[in-house]
Formats: sequence, structure tokens, C-alpha cells
Amino acid sequence: MRLRNATVAATAIALVTGGSAVAEDLTIATVNNSDMIIMQKLSPQWEEATGHTLNWVVLEENVLRQRVTTDIATKGGSFDIVTIGAYEAPIWGKQGWLNALDDLGDAYDYADIFEPVRNGLSADGTLYAVPFYAESSFTFYRTDLFEKAGLEKPAEQITYDQFAEMVAQLHDPENGVYGTCQRGKAGWGENMAFVGPMVNAFGGRWFDMEWNPTIDSPEWKAAITYYVDLMNNYGPPGASSNGHNENRALFADGKCATWVDATSAAGYIFNPNESSVADKTDFFQAPKQVTDKGTGWFWAWALAVPSSSTKVDAAKEFLAWATSKDYVTLVGESEGWVAAPPGTRKSTYENAAYVEAAPFAKTVETSILAANPADPTKDPVPYTGIQFVAIPEFQGIGNYVGQQIAAALAGQQSVDQALANSQTFAVREMTKAGYIK
Amino acid sequence: MARATAPARKALTTAIAGTLAFVMFFPILWIVVLSFKSEVDAIRAPLQVLSSGWTLDSYGAVQERSDYFKHFWNSVIISLGSTFLGLLVAIPAAWAMAFVPGKQTRNVLMWMLSTKMLPPVGVLVPIYLLFINFGLLDTRIGLVVVLMLINLPIIIWMLYTYFREIPGEILEAARMDGASLREEVLYVLTPMALPGIASTILLNVILAWNEAFWTLNLTASRAAPLTAFIASYSSPEGLFYAKLSAASVMAIAPILIMGWFSQKQLVRGLTFGAVK
Repeated sequence: MRLRNATVAATAIALVTGGSAVAEDLTIATVNNSDMIIMQKLSPQWEEATGHTLNWVVLEENVLRQRVTTDIATKGGSFDIVTIGAYEAPIWGKQGWLNALDDLGDAYDYADIFEPVRNGLSADGTLYAVPFYAESSFTFYRTDLFEKAGLEKPAEQITYDQFAEMVAQLHDPENGVYGTCQRGKAGWGENMAFVGPMVNAFGGRWFDMEWNPTIDSPEWKAAITYYVDLMNNYGPPGASSNGHNENRALFADGKCATWVDATSAAGYIFNPNESSVADKTDFFQAPKQVTDKGTGWFWAWALAVPSSSTKVDAAKEFLAWATSKDYVTLVGESEGWVAAPPGTRKSTYENAAYVEAAPFAKTVETSILAANPADPTKDPVPYTGIQFVAIPEFQGIGNYVGQQIAAALAGQQSVDQALANSQTFAVREMTKAGYIK
Repeated sequence: MARATAPARKALTTAIAGTLAFVMFFPILWIVVLSFKSEVDAIRAPLQVLSSGWTLDSYGAVQERSDYFKHFWNSVIISLGSTFLGLLVAIPAAWAMAFVPGKQTRNVLMWMLSTKMLPPVGVLVPIYLLFINFGLLDTRIGLVVVLMLINLPIIIWMLYTYFREIPGEILEAARMDGASLREEVLYVLTPMALPGIASTILLNVILAWNEAFWTLNLTASRAAPLTAFIASYSSPEGLFYAKLSAASVMAIAPILIMGWFSQKQLVRGLTFGAVK
């Protein structure tokens, strides 16, 4: 009798969760950041509820990208769940490397996910990765320094020219405060994440409609000249080696008056245990210039199931849990609402507890909804992506251009030289890849 | 006059050597310092870092999140396994090249060394495919074999150099006394070359312990050694300097201690035969 009851109960649970009957041993590859660490910490609850087990492989973003690419391309099957970004999701999905994720069930509530986020992780209308957290970019600024300089928080989106005037008034290196801190470290995910949207604002684009690179255009020259001058005049020393982390540390330590960077860093900057400027920081939109299109970037960290996995059902079960509304609530209640994964679900921003704990919530929501990777530039382009171009060749081109611009920032070459080198390289790569006949 | 300058020169040389040693050791020292700081203190200016409080929090956090001992045992097995497997192949090979050299011996030695000149990433995909086909992905045995193959040229070259210092007449005498080839290698050659073999073992254990490309690319979770343990604390988004430093200290401590106690042996072995 007891056995029959237990069998009925187990069957009912399996039917309700739609789960796989066999307990599986899943390997999950992920990156090392606060949100993922929380997921790792909370996942034993899912393991207990489902009977599946998780083996974690945590790697640095670039190592992970290379490791997972090798494994998926060779059908190695080492990973059942992988953490990928908004750049990889559509490319890998199109290549047939990922399982479609349109069937996680009604309870998953796809409509609750922000549309730009859903679109950014889809290829040809099919969702290939589910968002764990998403971010745009905005300007962090110091309220105390603004007040001291007699400046007011801009009510509307300002231009980069106005931003430079503002920064000039705030720059006070004698007292250890630099007018602005921006990314300078070379890399498509480092300095180019800031430079890309800035080029968009100045009316530039990576490629014209025939896929010809336009890096030697006057728009690019205006943007990069502005960037190099801004950083040389009002940035911290050695800016060409500062990436997201270095600037985050500088801002948190009170060394920067302004910083245009990821909205996801707000949780850290507003945490008084980790930041000395938690009570004197506010934010406004990333600046525009000749256009307001593509001025704030879009990025999402998402979970996907490689097509080489043999445990697809169990992997999807985990994805449905880790990116659900319930998971957001679980994090909010156990880790504090400010730590809840941002930028993915409407329900998070309708939650009063979250909005109260995270003063940046509304601005983040506005920035993410304003980001449109499908229409990122003033002039039409054949690609999607704001701070990146969603083609496999971009990683190499973006890294090279990033190195050239970092060298210009460090004074090792002129802006003209950097852009000429970048253009030559991009033309060669695009010709080699068959985009330019 | 000469007597007066000698101590001064000696003091100067000592000072230069001491400074150079300090400069070389400084990054490790700084990692140790940061590992005892909080994340917030670890990112401050150097002087502020030194004057801030000390804590063991990072070690606690690392141990709580990762299974150090699993990674540690994987490192021990992989480094020792690959070194001893390498010796099994290299001792007979080096014996043949040192005592019965042929016309092509020199070329074979150079060819073996040339394999070290190939960037590892160039053969990543073929080796990855072989690992998939043989079911070796994320296994310790797979890594033992790969690291053995990678370090084999160095093992053979080192042993070859040591063996050449041993007079062939001694082996000849053993043969005349009726020793078989196995006995000759095991009971005559090996004991005489022991300092050289010991330093070869030490150097190769260190190389295998620190190898990061293959150990990161061919493992996932089960066979991941300490290199993967360190890599899991590296991040371009988020501050993990203190935890990364703590993980690094935990990963290098065993090999540092081993190197410290065996440095005499290591130096003796490496300079063996340097002066003729």
C-alpha cells in the first residue's frame, strides 16, 4: 500500500513538473560573477526537489567562450548547460549548436520576459537561450560632487559635448577625483563595449549595407578623437589599462565623478559594504550626440542547452527553474532584493520590494527597453547588436580595433593611424569571410 | 687595494642579486598579502592595502564554494602520473641515444625538441576529437597521457644529458659480468644517474602542476586540477581579487613547499655536467 502511494506521488510529481524520470548528472559551465555565484549557492534546492545533480565548471568569460566553442563545435558533449551572452546566442542558434527553448511550458510565462531581451537571444524567431540577467549602460555620477560644482542631474538625455563640459567642471585630480572613468583596456567586451555605443551616438556604424567596413569614416574619427581627448584631459592616469573591474573599483573608492558603464554594476555601487559612495551616487542615461539610437548597450547572460548534450530534458528543467519568476523571488527573499537578477522580467520591476530595495530599478528598465539591437544606428545596417555585431567574425575584428584604440589612448599612435589600421584589418577579414566579393 | 674592493664588490653583487630576487618574488608575495584582505581592501592603493586589516574570509569563502581537495588530488595524480609514465618511456630512450647513438640520433633529438615549438592551440581540435573518440574527456588518465607526451621531449633531453656524463665503460663492465639489458639499466645506470633523474622528476612535476592550457581545455568537472580551481575565481565583471589570490595561494603552496625543500637537489641536478 505504502509502495503504491509512493509510486503514485512520484508519478504525480514527474507529471506536474514535466520532468525527466531518471535522475541525471548534469554539467553546467558558467562565468564567475555575483549572480552566478548566488545561482550556484541556491541550486541544491533544485537538486533536492528533482533528484538531478549538478557539476559546476566555473571559468573566466573568455576562457569559457573558447572552451565551450571547442566542445560544441566538435560535439564533445562535455556540457549539458552553458552560460552564453547575447552575442553568441543568435550565432550559435543559427549554426544549430543549441537546442530551441520555446517549450519550457506555460508556467514559464515567456510574455513576462522583456521583448528586447527575448529578441536578443533568438535567431529567426526561435529562442535559443533563456536570460539569467540583462543589462544596458547608463551614467553613474556623484551627487556630492555635482552639488559642489553647482551642476544638476540632467532631466533629459544630454550630448557628449555637454557631458565633456560637465566632466571638465568636476575634474579635480589634486583632490584625487578624476572627471570621468571609462573603459580603456583593449577587447571587444572591454573598451569596445563603451566605444561602440559612443560611435553609434556620433552617427557611425561598423558596416554599410554591403558589409563594407566604415571605420575610417568621419563619424568614427569624431568619436574616437573625442574619446581620446576626454580621457587624456579628464581621465585617470593609465586609463588604457582600465577595464570594467578597474573602473568599478575606482568609482567605488570615490576616485571618479562620472562613469558610463553596465547597469548591472549598480547593485555593487549601491551596496554600502562594498562601496564608499553608495549614498552619494545617482545615474542618468548614457549621452547621445548626433543621434540617440544605440547609445546604451544591451547585454544578457543567458543559459542554453548545447545540441551535443544527451540530457536535454533535465537541462531544460534546470533552465526553467533558474530563470523563472519564482527564482527571482527566491533570490530576493534569501539574498536580499537588491541582489535579485535584474533586467529580464517585467514582474521583477512590478515587485514593490525590489523597486524599494533597488533605487536604480526604473532607470535600468527604461534603458533596457530603449535598447534596440535590431536598429542600433543612425544609418541603416545589415547587422543586429548595439556594442557588437552579431556575426562570428566580429570577435576578431572587435579585439583588433580595441587594441588599436587602446594604443591611440596610450599615445602610441595617432587616432588616424588607429582607424586606418582598423579599417585595413576589417576589410581583409570581411573579404576573407566572403562578405565582400 | 684589491683586497679593499673585493668585499665591496661582493656586497654590491649580493645587493643586486637580493633586489632581483625580491623583484621576481614580489608578485607571489603580493598575492599572499591580498589573499588575507577583504575584497574592498584588496583593490585599494598599495599603501592602503598594507595598512588595512587582515582576514581569513577569502580562504573560507573559497573552501565553501569549491572542493579544494578534489582539485588538489587531481593535480597530484596528473603531475606524478605523467612524470612517472614519462620516465618509463624516457629512460630507455635516453639510454639508447646516449650509449648506442645512431646516425640520426642528433636529428631525432632536435625533432623531439621542435615539437615544443608548436603552439598548443594548433593541435587542440585534433586532440580534442581523439579524446572524444577514446572517451578520455574529463578523465585523469587522459590528462596523464597528454601531459606525459608534452613533457616527454624535456624528460628525454634532460636524461640524455645526464646519461652522457656516465662513462660507457661502466655499463660495458656490467655487461661483461653477465648483466642483462634490463639489469644494466635498472641496477647500474639508474642508481648512478639518480641525482639527474630526481631533478628531472622535480622539474616535470612542477611543469605538469602548472600546466594550464590542456588541463583547462580537456577537463570539465571530474578531472579538473588546481589550474581550473584558480580559473574559476577569475572574472572581468566583479571583484574577486582577494578570493582569486586565496585560490592561487592554495594552488601554488604545495608546489612551492616542495620546491623549497628540494631546491638543493633541483639546482644540483640542473647544473650537473655543466662544468667539464
